[in-house]
Amino acid sequence: MDASVTPALLYLDDVSVTFDGFRALNSLSLVIEHAEMRAIIGPNGAGKTTMMDVITGKTRPDTGEVMFDGHHDLTRIDEAGIAELGIGRKFQTPTVFDMLTVEDNILLALKSDRRPLASLLEKLTSARKERVDELLERVRLKDHRHRKAGNLSHGQKQWLEIGMLLAQEPKLLLVDEPAAGMTDQETADTADLLREIAQTRSVVVVEHDMVFVRDLGVKVTCLHEGSVLAEGPLDAVSSNERVIEVYLGR
Amino acid sequence: MLTVKLIDRYGAVFIAVLAAAAVIVPFCNLAIEPGSAFHIPDYLLPLIGKYLCFALLAISIDLIWGYCGILSLGHGAFFALGGYAMGMYLMRQIGPRGVYGHPILPDFMVFLNFQDLPWFWLGFDSFLFAMVMVLLVPGVLAFVFGWFAFRSRVTGVYLSIITQAMTFALMLAFFRNDMGFGGNNGLTDFKDILGFSVQAGETRAVLFALSAAALGLGYLLCRYVVTSKLGKVLVAVRDAESRTRFLGYRVENYKLAVFVLSAMLAGLAGALYVPQVGIINPSEFAPANSIEAVIWVAVGGRGTLVGAALGALVVNVGKSWFTGAIPEFWLFALGALFVVVTLFLPKGILGTLQDYLGHPKAAKPAPEPDGAAVAHPAE
Amino acid sequence: MSLLSFRAFHHLTRALGRSVRFCALAGLVVLALAPSVHAEPVDDALAAFAADGFDDTQKGIDILVSSGHDSAEAILAALSAGKLMVRNDDKALFIEGKAGAFTDARTGASASVDAAKLKVVRLNNRLRRSVQAALGAVTLQAPSPARRIAAARAVQRSRDPAALPAVDAALARETDNGARAALQTARAAIIVAAKDAPEAERIAAVELIAAEANPDAAALLRSVQADAPQALRTAAEEGIAGIERSLAFWNAMQNVTYGISLGSVLLLAAIGLAITFGVMGVINMAHGEMVMIGAYTTYVVQDLIRDHAPQLFGSSLFFAIPLAFLVSGAVGVAIERGVIRFLYGRPLETLLATWGISLILQQAVRTIFGPSNREVGTPDWMSGAFQLGGLSLTYNRVAIVIFAMLVFAALLLVLKKTTLGLQVRAVTQNRRMASSMGIRTDFVDAMTFGLGSGVAGIAGVALSQIDNVSPNLGQGYIIDSFMVVVFGGVGNLWGTLVGALTLGVANKFLEPYAGAVLGKIILLVAIILFIQKRPRGLFALKGRAVEA
Repeated sequence: MDASVTPALLYLDDVSVTFDGFRALNSLSLVIEHAEMRAIIGPNGAGKTTMMDVITGKTRPDTGEVMFDGHHDLTRIDEAGIAELGIGRKFQTPTVFDMLTVEDNILLALKSDRRPLASLLEKLTSARKERVDELLERVRLKDHRHRKAGNLSHGQKQWLEIGMLLAQEPKLLLVDEPAAGMTDQETADTADLLREIAQTRSVVVVEHDMVFVRDLGVKVTCLHEGSVLAEGPLDAVSSNERVIEVYLGR
Repeated sequence: MLTVKLIDRYGAVFIAVLAAAAVIVPFCNLAIEPGSAFHIPDYLLPLIGKYLCFALLAISIDLIWGYCGILSLGHGAFFALGGYAMGMYLMRQIGPRGVYGHPILPDFMVFLNFQDLPWFWLGFDSFLFAMVMVLLVPGVLAFVFGWFAFRSRVTGVYLSIITQAMTFALMLAFFRNDMGFGGNNGLTDFKDILGFSVQAGETRAVLFALSAAALGLGYLLCRYVVTSKLGKVLVAVRDAESRTRFLGYRVENYKLAVFVLSAMLAGLAGALYVPQVGIINPSEFAPANSIEAVIWVAVGGRGTLVGAALGALVVNVGKSWFTGAIPEFWLFALGALFVVVTLFLPKGILGTLQDYLGHPKAAKPAPEPDGAAVAHPAE
Repeated sequence: MSLLSFRAFHHLTRALGRSVRFCALAGLVVLALAPSVHAEPVDDALAAFAADGFDDTQKGIDILVSSGHDSAEAILAALSAGKLMVRNDDKALFIEGKAGAFTDARTGASASVDAAKLKVVRLNNRLRRSVQAALGAVTLQAPSPARRIAAARAVQRSRDPAALPAVDAALARETDNGARAALQTARAAIIVAAKDAPEAERIAAVELIAAEANPDAAALLRSVQADAPQALRTAAEEGIAGIERSLAFWNAMQNVTYGISLGSVLLLAAIGLAITFGVMGVINMAHGEMVMIGAYTTYVVQDLIRDHAPQLFGSSLFFAIPLAFLVSGAVGVAIERGVIRFLYGRPLETLLATWGISLILQQAVRTIFGPSNREVGTPDWMSGAFQLGGLSLTYNRVAIVIFAMLVFAALLLVLKKTTLGLQVRAVTQNRRMASSMGIRTDFVDAMTFGLGSGVAGIAGVALSQIDNVSPNLGQGYIIDSFMVVVFGGVGNLWGTLVGALTLGVANKFLEPYAGAVLGKIILLVAIILFIQKRPRGLFALKGRAVEA
């Protein structure tokens, strides 16, 4: 980390993305520190998902700088490369491999050599088996390990996806609406899990559910029309006049 | 299932049947008197051998389509290229015994006023070299094509269409006389292979047994691939390609690897096909051939490997019967087969059978909607 | 113009002084040589031919030309072809027709003669040229301007100075502009070749010829002798260069027109696909068969018209167009309702099922109409060709280009301006929303697919005019059509237009260098590479919607 441009883990500066004349991101700047958890809120179309797309390499920004861990320019690396650097992503709608079993889903996510030949020859060591067991335990899917992922309930899929995230052992987790479609109990459990994860890793949570955000009790960034509208503790942000204006309209 | 057995219930039956056929069919042809009910007539041996080659082609298609979601409508091209490589060896073996008696040039080259052997015919007098080419030529074409296509993330029907265009372009090219592959007539009138006459019963028996062995080994190779972690990645790519990327897998490399392997298997199938049918010509490149091979896989059940081989056998036996008995109805039957299988039997024969009998202890990937390759009305 | 007529006059006098073979002078000589009881000069000419000496024959030719007699052309043509025979005993002349039939040279009546007693009126090289020029001179007076132009061109090619007076005479009374221009060129051709003509005049003639941009003119200028005056040679060289530039230009233009013609064929074949594949996202491998059904509909319509109302044959295509639309459209709706609707969201399965349908349709047509090509007639108003500048265009190709553009415009209007178009766009953009707004999405799907198929049927009517109508007709277009749609950019009709024309023109420009087959291969490979570079085609839609 000697050649670091910035000490922060994730550093977005002046990032803009345009789709057919529509500015999805407008000079967005954002900094996430090591082992920080950040909640991102904002109305529909504020650019939350596009921001995630830019960080994970799905979308290339028109302008701006996206640096990870000080010296990795994410705008020049493809999705797989970014994932290997240590950025994991959970999608808004849970995306797991429906045709594979729950444990196979975890196994695929487990940190390993990602090249085809290595995959072909990879042996299932007892260490890896233990790791799978441990993760299944943690996301409470041990009893469902032989089921096809496609047959899980919505909430279970959300947890499986978080389990896959953990299996990747990323430095940064991007979590898009983890509480969507969950019961209150599940939501609370998810918040606990995320807080626990955030003790060692950085987590960015995009969420609409204000109760959940309050539950997390972390710094909040409010996006609007592709740029940061307000940033700070939830109470400060939610009392910000411009935020109220955006959410309630006039 | 973290691990799956290399040979499952269906695989065991398949291998056993193949091994038995490799011994019994030639035996019934050579050793049993023609009058006996167990005698297999001379015409049937290469015919069944042909089916075995088609089955290997079907397995190669199933590997990429059934497990990785790549629908190639150009696999006939790899099959034909393997066939041409073998055909070139067989042509060189004719030597001065051609109609024109030229010591080196094959008849069609003498006929077309070639002065020298074109450079790409050099080396094909060696069997070993030809066998390397059987695998290398389809492999290299698949690599170059796949390298461009997968890197640019051409997927779904787009990929299908350009593979079809690829085989179509090759067909046009091989029809040209100046290409040096015999034009319209292709390569034929083979005399012998490794010094044995291709017409001889013993040679045919060996070729048959080799085809069965190639099919069996091809199956085991594919099975090894799909039961490894690589196979799980392929299924992951098939069902959620971009999710797989976000896990850190370079999807294009996986697709490329399995596409090249599949093309080589198809080439091998073509190489075994040619000495048994005695001819290879540009019509093997016809897009209709490739798409017909795809339906074998669909009929048998994609994502099952054994089913693909079964489908190739069933459809081709049907074809042989129809074209003998009521030829004008064959296209109706084939067309209906395409429609019926996609509408009513999406899992194919074996997939449906598995649903009834319950799954063997294996994570059987079953056909799924092909994802949103073409942005159909977003639901 | 005044300069030209002055030159013409000047030259006429010179030519008269030089040549004794033409006009009244020649007639007088012959009259003196061969006194005859017959009043008509044609008889004198025949008598001269009968003598069968080279000089006599020359005289006969001259007399015949100046006589302007109706049978002069036939006699000269026979002489030129070695079919003018003289009977040994009575010196009567006959013309040998086909299969040993003879006609009397004087009267044109058929005659039965003993071929053994006949001998051919002989010619030498000098006479042969002379006959050619004379033929030209005679035809220069023909009543139809087209024949006069042809005659002028013949004179131009012969470059015989002897024809000059006849050309000048013809020019003097010529009223038709086209014939006049041809005569002037012919005249210039003679002067360029005439060594003894004044240099300035020859240079002027060179310039006149150079203005005619065709290979004949270039050949003519190339024939300017190396010993010709420097100024004349320079003028000729400049003229040749100019002609070559002009030829290259017209050649390129001709390629462009061929390309546009091919492009419009591709457009017709692909435009229905642009709707079913491009707009709906349904991959229909039986699209080519919709085209084929349209072509067979045309065949059936023509067959019925021939049997029941032959006078309507000229307008048969106008009956065929709506019918083909309905027939192919109905088949399309049936396919959509019967098969495709169960496969929405499963493009690869759709591809396979529709391929199966294409096999069934091909075999059905083969069973009904037989495997061989069916004859589809071209109405009179669509046959023939015309010249436009240096371009040669056939009416049927022009008709197809115009027709393709009309279909394209109509389709654009349907999609942009009609309720169906609005609903189609609504359904393709957001099916659920459209459905909840009361749009019958099923109905819209069926109608859209029917529209695309119907347009393919219309394309079949046009293609029946230029291609073989056989069960395999559609197969020939399916890959090209997909290439056009994908190349142009899926979901964009304008992309399809540009894609079709680009591919058409590129194909025709490649053909002269690579040959038809290799050209096509090169283009296929180019498109394959292009799709990999730009997977969404030329006019790609951008944005997140595409990813969905």
